[in-house]
Amino acid sequence: MAKPKVAFYWCASCGGCEEAVVDLAEDILGVVEAVDIVYWPCAMDFKKKDVEAMPDKSIVATLLNGAIRTSEQEEMAHLMRRKSQFLIAYGACAASGGIPALANQSSLEDILRFVYGASPSTTNEQGARPQTATTNNGHSLHLPQLRDVVRSLDQVVEVDFYIPGCPPTPKLTKAAVGALLSGNLPPKGSVLAPDIALCDECPRKESKPTDLGFVEFKRPHQAIIDPEKCVLAQGFVCMGPATRGGCEAVCIQGNMPCTGCFGPTSRVKDQGAKMLSSISSNVGPKEEEAIDQVLAGIPDPVGTFYRYGLAKSLLRRKVPKQG
Amino acid sequence: MNDRPWEPRIVAFFCNWCTYTAADLAGVSRMKYAANVRTIRLMCSGRVDPQFVMDAFAKGADGVLIGGCHPGDCHYGEGNYKMLRRFRLLSRMLQDMGIEPDRLRLEWISAAEGDRVKTVVNDMVEKIKALGPLSLPEHFRSWDREVMTEAEAQAHGGLQEARHG
Repeated sequence: MAKPKVAFYWCASCGGCEEAVVDLAEDILGVVEAVDIVYWPCAMDFKKKDVEAMPDKSIVATLLNGAIRTSEQEEMAHLMRRKSQFLIAYGACAASGGIPALANQSSLEDILRFVYGASPSTTNEQGARPQTATTNNGHSLHLPQLRDVVRSLDQVVEVDFYIPGCPPTPKLTKAAVGALLSGNLPPKGSVLAPDIALCDECPRKESKPTDLGFVEFKRPHQAIIDPEKCVLAQGFVCMGPATRGGCEAVCIQGNMPCTGCFGPTSRVKDQGAKMLSSISSNVGPKEEEAIDQVLAGIPDPVGTFYRYGLAKSLLRRKVPKQG
Repeated sequence: MNDRPWEPRIVAFFCNWCTYTAADLAGVSRMKYAANVRTIRLMCSGRVDPQFVMDAFAKGADGVLIGGCHPGDCHYGEGNYKMLRRFRLLSRMLQDMGIEPDRLRLEWISAAEGDRVKTVVNDMVEKIKALGPLSLPEHFRSWDREVMTEAEAQAHGGLQEARHG
């Protein structure tokens, strides 16, 4: 009997999610034994036309990582959607925009102006900018178009399941592949990770006080973090209360606060708003000025609370100035 | 679409014990104030989740007004202080996201201050009129017009084939 077909694809991402697949280590041999990998541009030599030649829905599952920023990524998202029974948003960028979506705080024009001009390391006297089409020696060359907005995968095509994380852990990846192959699947649209807050599975849970009463916020490079005690209790912003568990607190175990890459639980619509609520309600002082002084320790609330989720937040991006 | 001139839409979250009662008082005292406010009664201003505020903006509100008991007067002790702390950070974050500070307002209005409801609402309506509509739903639609449809994706794939073939 033919083995089920599986594909991997990447869009606007750093390569960490591909690394996470390789991090399955010897378990990947089990995966390779059970499935046929029919497309994986990062690791195997198949072309887009090979995928186009396949019948629709002939791939059982495509694990697609990365946010969507270009016309080419949109086209590939549509192609993989068409050819796959299950399309899985793999990793924080595909699931909720991830780090690339922080670019939604700037306009595309501002980004291009900086990268191709104002940045201190750029020399570009003619002011050249990337074009979508050009001819050179009679050959026409094409580049994808950059979109104004960075999107999550489900803002472009329908997504069946989400595997969260920056990157997802090998354990969750293995469990997800197992579930896909056995057909033992939760309802469509589910996140394939436990639906509990990270604090619930944190080894430092016992040292989290009921009333945090923040009097200052520190950033991890400004002080030594006590490796035993709840990091919130030490005055560091930790996204644990508003973030889905399932990573087994890997960052905390490395003595760093959670930055929220697993996104919210199913009960929360907007992870950043919820975290802002949790953190600020627990500020100690009651007077405006004193409150502001404590909160000044969070200089960039958008970058802190929406580090991985801006594309999917309620407001999605910075609203451009009315012209 | 109708031809009526634009009027600000303000969503107001009023606490049951003070500000909502004040709005009631303004009503039975037959005070007139701008009809731009849609009031939602909550038990306490401390119940106002920043998600409610952002969702209101995302669904088309031009402004959000939160009313609670004066400091020290919260029916539940500390709810209004929790709201105040959230408000300080939320207001700053919304500015970082391009939403002007006048669009989100927190006011302490006791059950006896019906006239204060009138003054605050009228003042907020004037300020938002000066800012103009926020129109987030329209923004969302216009941002997404650039996204390729399934048919365009298929056609584009075909074009590439032709070009290479």
